Amino acid sequence: MERREFLQVSGAAAGALIIPVWGRPVGDFAGSLTPIPTADKKRLADAGLTAARGRGATYADVRIGRYLNQFIQSRETKIQNITNTESYGVGIRVIAGGTWGFAATNDVTEDGVARAAAQAVAIAKANARLQVEPVQLAPQRGYGEVSWRTPITKNAFEVPISEKADLLLAVANEALKTGANFVNAGLFLVNEQKYFASTDGSYIDQDVHRIWPNFGVTLVNQETGKFETRQALSAPMGMGWEYLAGRPEGRVAGPTAVTYAMSYDMIEDARNAAREAKEKMAAKSVEAGKYDLVLDPSHLWLTIHESVGHPLELDRVLGYEANYAGTSFATLDKWRSKSFNYGSPLVTLFADKTQPGSLGAVGYDDEGVKTKRWDLVKDGILVNYQAIRDQVHILGESESQGCCYADNWSSIQFQRMPNVSLAPATAALTPAEMIAGVDKGIYIVGDSSYSIDQQRYNFQFTGQLFFEIAGGKIVGMLRDVAYQSNTQEFWNSCVQICDQRDYRMGGSFFDGKGQPGQISAVSHGSSTARFNGVNVINTARRL
Amino acid sequence: MSAFTAAEARAILTRVLSYSQADACVANLFGNAGGNIRYARNTVSTAGATGDRTLVVQSNYGKRSGTATINEFDDASLERVVRRTEELARLAPEDPEFMEPLAPQQYVTTNAWVDATEAITPEFRTEVAAVSIAAAKARECVAAGFFTNGAQWQAMMNSKGLFAYHRGTQMNFTVTMRTADSTGSGYALRDYNDVARFDAAEASRIAAEKAAASREARAIEPGKYTVILEPEAAAGLIQFLTFNLNARTADEGRSFLAKAGGGTRVGEKLMDERVTIYSDPAHPDLPTSPWAADGRAYRRRNWIENGVPRQLFYSRYWADKQGVEAVPAPNNLIMAGGEASLEDLVRDTPRGILLTRTWYIRPVDPQTLLLTGLTRDGTFYIENGTIKHAVKNLRFNESPVIMLNNLDALGTVARVNGEFGLSSLIPAMRIRDFTFTSLSDAV
Repeated sequence: MERREFLQVSGAAAGALIIPVWGRPVGDFAGSLTPIPTADKKRLADAGLTAARGRGATYADVRIGRYLNQFIQSRETKIQNITNTESYGVGIRVIAGGTWGFAATNDVTEDGVARAAAQAVAIAKANARLQVEPVQLAPQRGYGEVSWRTPITKNAFEVPISEKADLLLAVANEALKTGANFVNAGLFLVNEQKYFASTDGSYIDQDVHRIWPNFGVTLVNQETGKFETRQALSAPMGMGWEYLAGRPEGRVAGPTAVTYAMSYDMIEDARNAAREAKEKMAAKSVEAGKYDLVLDPSHLWLTIHESVGHPLELDRVLGYEANYAGTSFATLDKWRSKSFNYGSPLVTLFADKTQPGSLGAVGYDDEGVKTKRWDLVKDGILVNYQAIRDQVHILGESESQGCCYADNWSSIQFQRMPNVSLAPATAALTPAEMIAGVDKGIYIVGDSSYSIDQQRYNFQFTGQLFFEIAGGKIVGMLRDVAYQSNTQEFWNSCVQICDQRDYRMGGSFFDGKGQPGQISAVSHGSSTARFNGVNVINTARRL
Repeated sequence: MSAFTAAEARAILTRVLSYSQADACVANLFGNAGGNIRYARNTVSTAGATGDRTLVVQSNYGKRSGTATINEFDDASLERVVRRTEELARLAPEDPEFMEPLAPQQYVTTNAWVDATEAITPEFRTEVAAVSIAAAKARECVAAGFFTNGAQWQAMMNSKGLFAYHRGTQMNFTVTMRTADSTGSGYALRDYNDVARFDAAEASRIAAEKAAASREARAIEPGKYTVILEPEAAAGLIQFLTFNLNARTADEGRSFLAKAGGGTRVGEKLMDERVTIYSDPAHPDLPTSPWAADGRAYRRRNWIENGVPRQLFYSRYWADKQGVEAVPAPNNLIMAGGEASLEDLVRDTPRGILLTRTWYIRPVDPQTLLLTGLTRDGTFYIENGTIKHAVKNLRFNESPVIMLNNLDALGTVARVNGEFGLSSLIPAMRIRDFTFTSLSDAV
């Protein structure tokens, strides 16, 4: 229940990343990269569980967390900021009187944890007076002492700062050499060392890693007063430093642009970005109208996030987010009908917290449930939602789907979006073959502007690169493109999906939800997909 | 303890600086305390209280700098945080744009502190939720709302002798009322330093009335319409315009102020002459801290005067390079309003649309500041000076520069947050030829 502090890490720099800061940036991570011994954490957790039970809690869980972040940012060939943050503390959640209570403390001693447990029980009992819907918690067996770690091969926090700075400078030099006027680049690393214990008998130790290399290049034409940008085609990933190895098997040479799967070449992408920004500047302004859209995974992930991920969060459907993020068009009656056509029969959208390399991948969620995969939309029909232990009874299920998350030890865990992805087609199809079948269309690579209404019907998206398709061929680049559609219409216009070979993930570090707000990192995978007859507008204006 | 007096802050920060071995050192101390309550489906969902105190230290050796933060205040911790910044500074490459800490500055006096707001109790917050839920039930609505209040303390000291102190209080209330059949939705927001100005029942009643009135919304053809934007509906667009008054991006030719042939459009008339946008930390209805985290002084600044951009904001480095005053980005926002009430604006409108709120505003084209977003929680069709009926929500694609060039009339100002969360005094306004590009089924 804390108020977010925001630190602008790059002064008043243009395009500076605003990052949330929970804890104490530290000079180096000496010591913090070695996990606290599990025996110590178990002793602390047991102190909390015992105190909670002793005060009358019918359920309790304790999360001991150490959260490390590192941000390095550059502007052209200058490293402008290096910030290390560390936050360590414990959050305790209880049920007493059929009501949730939560308290958190950075006093990570047996006494401190016990005090917080007592406070959580007191809050639960106080709020119980107003309770009209007692908590119904799905049963969960205890797993005993278990552990899980993101399967990284090189811990990015252990890479020397000089190597990171050198990479960003190489990125800048490559873009500048290729004609860019400005380059802002950054590396953003996350490590969550999380220990979860509950009165169900679970003691779960997890070490979660994420990485996000990013940049933006800008090209300016002083004569015309026009400028153009191209952002990185990287994705934030649940990986270590190995993501930046630029291995050939991660390189995806598409019909018009190079994108990346599980391995990223930041320097090559910077070179391409500068060249493509120049092409964008000279591109033809789009003629508004209906087009068949061919959407690359580097673009489609965000459309999936907004039009599938969010409307199928059960708490939104029920109204708990009505005052902030909104509600959902995907109401329970549509799900109960077993016949709501969310998309065409080609469309299967699945949720999961297990895909290797994804941002959502963990062994267990933040209420001690082993993670899994499940379908949300199966062959076009709405079949399920995203739900946690205190919600699944509404769906008639007896087991949580394992998508509970808190963004810090001091935040209360709640339902957060798992990875939500579009299943690739089983029939062999490449993007080039798909494009060959399009008479009048636009091929879109990379994400940019995004906006959707509070019930997730009407959306508008733009991208990084737009290519005009005429008579089955790419005929040139377009600019000023935005497409607008309605979620159900859009997914029902899906007529082709490429096969597994083309499957890639995009994602976000900053999915926001809740009051006070929390962030969450989530990936969305897909292969290139085709959507027929989508409305495209021209966004050019004159001032 | 979150709170600290100026004398306590001076004592802590003096101790911090006594550990410094770097060329220069800056220490900022932040404290906050407050609480919140959240409700939905006409019942309380979560409630909590929080308090914290944080110290941020920056050290530099020449143009190498490092930053670290800590929330423990024993001597060993204070020394440790200073040492960490020094380690990080030694690891950092030189930044040619690094600026030495500031010498002592002069600050204006602002009155942002109200005892009653700091003293808000959990019982008060529960009562806010209870009153709001009662207002919902009385009108067959379902309420979802959030009330949060807090006090903030901040102080800074550097090795050049600068010391600054400020404290302030704030409360914020938002409520969304949906009719029981989910066919209507209304919204209200209240944001004050002084809780005495707040009436939860009044705000909740307005949201519930909007919800009832927004039922049976009819579809209209998207296109260009005269619109009346309530202050909260206009705020996000005006805030976004202000965030883009960045001198460096303009000078570098990558801003809406970039000019063909080089240079910027500062000094050109880009908007209606009634458009004046300024910031003022001492404004009685919007008091804020008189100093920025880097020690620079906030004072009244006219950013846009009679439709002409006059002032841009600078980093200290860029101002130094350009040989101009390093004016910091604003920390509040005031747009000059008129005398007309919302009712007056409606009465003088032959045909138009009234917007309660805009939502999910995102930039589409930085060259023109084109933004897209949607209407939400009460959108109404006006004909011959009266509200005829609710209309379905609409997506807009509009630039705030073009919008303010098409200004038709200004109403009175209200304190709002907008989508980007900057406390602002924004007037209601009537705009010609506001561009809607599609309809939404969302309620």
